[in-house]
Amino acid sequence: MIELKDVGMNYGGGTLLDGVSLALPQGSFHFLTGPSGAGKTTLLKLCYLELRPTTGQVEVFGEPAGNLDRDGVAKARRRIGVVHQDCQFLDHLPIVENIALPLVVAGRDTAAEAGNLAELLAWTGLTHRAEALPPELSGGERQRAALARAVIMSPEIIVADEPTGNVDWEMSQRLLALLLELNRMGRSVLVATHDLTLIRQAKTKVAARVLRIRNGKVEAAGADL
Amino acid sequence: MSVISDIGDLMLGDARADRVVPPTGFTATLTLFASGAMAFLAVFALALAFATGRLAERWEGALAQSATIRLSAPDGEVEAQIEAALTILGQTPGVASARVMSQAEQAALLAPWFGPDLPLDLLPVPRLIEITETGAGFDAEGLRFRLAGEAPGAVLDDHSRWRRPLAEAAARLRTLGVVSLGLIGGAMGAMITLAAGAALSANAQIIGTLRLVGARDVFIARAFVRRFTLRAAAGSAVGTAAAMAAIAVLPPAGGETSFLTGLGFRGLEWVWPLAVPVVAAIVAFWATRLAALARLRTLP
Ligand SMILES: Nc1ncnc2c1ncn2[C@@H]1O[C@H](COP(=O)(O)OP(=O)(O)O)[C@@H](O)[C@H]1O
Ligand SMILES: [Mg+2]
Repeated sequence: MIELKDVGMNYGGGTLLDGVSLALPQGSFHFLTGPSGAGKTTLLKLCYLELRPTTGQVEVFGEPAGNLDRDGVAKARRRIGVVHQDCQFLDHLPIVENIALPLVVAGRDTAAEAGNLAELLAWTGLTHRAEALPPELSGGERQRAALARAVIMSPEIIVADEPTGNVDWEMSQRLLALLLELNRMGRSVLVATHDLTLIRQAKTKVAARVLRIRNGKVEAAGADL
Repeated sequence: MSVISDIGDLMLGDARADRVVPPTGFTATLTLFASGAMAFLAVFALALAFATGRLAERWEGALAQSATIRLSAPDGEVEAQIEAALTILGQTPGVASARVMSQAEQAALLAPWFGPDLPLDLLPVPRLIEITETGAGFDAEGLRFRLAGEAPGAVLDDHSRWRRPLAEAAARLRTLGVVSLGLIGGAMGAMITLAAGAALSANAQIIGTLRLVGARDVFIARAFVRRFTLRAAAGSAVGTAAAMAAIAVLPPAGGETSFLTGLGFRGLEWVWPLAVPVVAAIVAFWATRLAALARLRTLP
């Protein structure tokens, strides 16, 4: 679904990513780990086309990203569910409208999707918070709302950046369970995290591949994980 | 295609798409106020263009239609010279008719200056011949030349000496009125472009979020376009109404050539200012759309 081919990336300073190749096939579960500042967020942004690589090529759904114009990028994003590192909500709209936002921008009839939306709220345990504004939510609620928004379009792949970053242990268990469930439904999942306990737990339930960024290279993590 | 659907959205309204951008208090107020002020000025420029247009037409009409011959001669020669002048006029191409004014008519013309009891027959007042031209007009220089030879007391006054510059000034004022309308429209476009740019900058983070969840540029632009178009239409409707009311209560037109009191609309001309809010909305639509799409292209 998403493929990085010999991708290099720098922000003008030193090289951040160098000759990175990886493929995220349908139904796969990947973790991306590495120390803070290693380039996890950057790699994810390359996957959902927010950044263009300095060298090499990114392919989404079989199409080289370089061939996509701005509308093409917008349409590809509707097939990629993104949980942004800091969620990125519209703070003036209630949570339920934030979750429905991808439907609205795609011109879909939200009334027809009301059942779907209610189900998603229940699934993420946010039904009673539907009318709250994003700043009123706790960290865990925000992450679950971001996940709900990421999956409302039934994307083929879900990309989550530190989804358990600001939540307690119990909440991280719930989020992991949601991600595992999505994967069981056939979605590809890519999770960036530096939370090794989370990875270890997930590995007991799913055949996840663990990738580690080290010195600009992406490598399979060792047996310690 | 998408422009047409945008215009459709504008009419029908897409409240959901609108809500994605929070209301922006201060650009909203500024746009309303500036559109109102611009519309007010535009209506006055329009009134100026119409008034000066009427004036220019009237003066040009007068120019084309008539001229006068003044004839002063020693007592015994007057009638003979009048006969000669009328003969010449009869032979001049472009003269539709020529008529000697009666004493009574001349008295009436002079009455405003000298009172009704002027004894014209006792005074050496020149006699007047009124000439009506055909559309093509006559050759004034040729006519003067012949008159000088055969009726030396006759002086051709073709009015152009004083009216032509006035008519030209009126025509130029009308042009200025039209140019002002264009400038007002341009200034309004520039102002809305700036306001839309400010609104886009203020909402950069929201735009980033919308792009993240798959919004196309036209969707994002539309939220801003709709907002600014409706504001410009509302503001300029108020400005137009105010200006039309102000013009309607101007004191009624005075004398024939009174220009300042003639400022206003006559009859069907009153329909024209109603176009001002429509034009303002069109200007706002395009200014915002172009500004938004250009700005969005620079974002990731
Ligand atoms: N837009 C940017 N411009 C310049 N440098 C950046 C930008 N984004 C990230 N960086 C730098 O790139 C490095 C990797 O960042 P990031 O991908 O966020 O790492 P991680 O998510 O693994 O913590 C950091 O040193 C960060 O400062
Ligand atoms: Mg990061």
